[in-house]
Amino acid sequence: MYTDRCMDHFRNPRNVGTIKNPDGVGRVGNPVCGDMMEIQIKVKDEVITDIKFRTFGCGAAIATSSMITELAKGKTIEEALKITRGDVADALEGLPPIKMHCSNLAADALHSAIQDYYKKKGIKIEPLRKKEADEHEHAAGI
Amino acid sequence: MDYASASPVDPRVSEAMLPFVSERPGNPSSIHFAGAEAREAVEFARRQVAELINAENPGEIVFTSGATESINMAIKGVAFRNADKGKRLITTTIEHMSVLNTVKLLTTRGFDATLVPVDGFGFVDPARVDEAITKDTTLISVSYANGEVGSVQPIKDIGKIAREHGAYLHVDGVAAVGRTPVDVRVDSIDLMSISSNDICGPKGVGALYVKKGVKIEPLIHGGGQERGLRSGSENVPGIVGFGKAAEMAGKEMSGEIARLKKFRDRMIREIGSGTKGAHLNGHPEKRLANNVNFRFDYIEGEALILRLNDMGIAAATSSACTSKTLEPSHVLRGMGVPPEEAQGTLLLTMGRWTSDEDVNYVLENVPGIVDLLRKMSPLNPETEA
Repeated sequence: MYTDRCMDHFRNPRNVGTIKNPDGVGRVGNPVCGDMMEIQIKVKDEVITDIKFRTFGCGAAIATSSMITELAKGKTIEEALKITRGDVADALEGLPPIKMHCSNLAADALHSAIQDYYKKKGIKIEPLRKKEADEHEHAAGI
Repeated sequence: MDYASASPVDPRVSEAMLPFVSERPGNPSSIHFAGAEAREAVEFARRQVAELINAENPGEIVFTSGATESINMAIKGVAFRNADKGKRLITTTIEHMSVLNTVKLLTTRGFDATLVPVDGFGFVDPARVDEAITKDTTLISVSYANGEVGSVQPIKDIGKIAREHGAYLHVDGVAAVGRTPVDVRVDSIDLMSISSNDICGPKGVGALYVKKGVKIEPLIHGGGQERGLRSGSENVPGIVGFGKAAEMAGKEMSGEIARLKKFRDRMIREIGSGTKGAHLNGHPEKRLANNVNFRFDYIEGEALILRLNDMGIAAATSSACTSKTLEPSHVLRGMGVPPEEAQGTLLLTMGRWTSDEDVNYVLENVPGIVDLLRKMSPLNPETEA
């Protein structure tokens, strides 16, 4: 059900862990729904010089987290903000349809980390994007 | 380690089936010699299945395409046929989805359903069934044993309550039949669904035990096969294989229970003590001999299963049937496990070919994989920088 590229990132996740004194931290998802991820970034001259993640979740959640750290590392903040959920899924050569919504939260986590970075620097910004993670709809059983 | 979703077909079963796949193509309804041969084989299998559950008469066994059909037939068939008596059904919160979704459909068709809760180990309290039952109740549907946490229910007591109130008792016997002694007469069971695939028989065949005199509407209408309860030409090779599997399960059950119980208890002991944040789901002793189910703090089940799969271990998080919905197990939720904790589950189900080496291998691999995933988890306080 997962692509080889996705399984590679799941089996050998890149940039796992935390950063000492990070410049921005983003946390999205909810353990109740089965996926939660955290991205920490270090920023120098508006460039993401280091990025780490920790994820509670399924194969797709771990693979997307790992992938976004690769996509964002070395990018400017402005470039990183342009990375979408679709970009992450494409970089993994696709995700199963059922995983596109709930488990593909990595872009949100990165954007949330950048928002936190701005906040810490006292820069006021517009909300970056609607929090799709809040829209979870889970069909209730009987 | 995933016998619950599919057990390998025993070579003795496939051997019995083979002639009916190739050189014996008869239809049991034909009058000629080939038909008679097929009829005889089907009736022989019927006796084999009847014997496994101690049915009084082999004619009480109706062959179906599998347990899901049997369950649908039992619930809808009894509900529709007895609607003049009442339109109330009782089941539990931890039944298989084929029960819950069938009952759910009926509630949109004028029937009422009561879902009786279970305790923290997954046991149904017969007193709760007694409270729920009314004179309008026509059917109680309870699984003999739960497929996820292995809890064996007090079927005999529930059967007694059903009899007292003139309701039928349908038992989902999929997880229990062939794994623990089941006697439909001792337990006052009126209907019971059985799966071939769960007892090392072929897929695509099952049975519904329908006690003589039980009023039930067929689900599939046609030429009137299977006492008019299940039309359609019989799946002769499948039925023959199912019969053989039932015979073997009956013969080998007591030895298998003793053998698997040792594996189960060792895994429960060693995973419980050797893995951080491990919690057993279900009762430590009062469970099926082949069932082990743990949950682990701070990790999610699918990631665990994929990692185990990489090591060559086939395991499950919960029922294979719920893996399409991404929801945490409704069985664990019904037992009161919070949803975030119900995410990190590992279900190991053993069977005929589970060996000492397999158990050793699982025990060698589980703690390391759990630890690796825990180290990646933002929920784990130990991973803070």
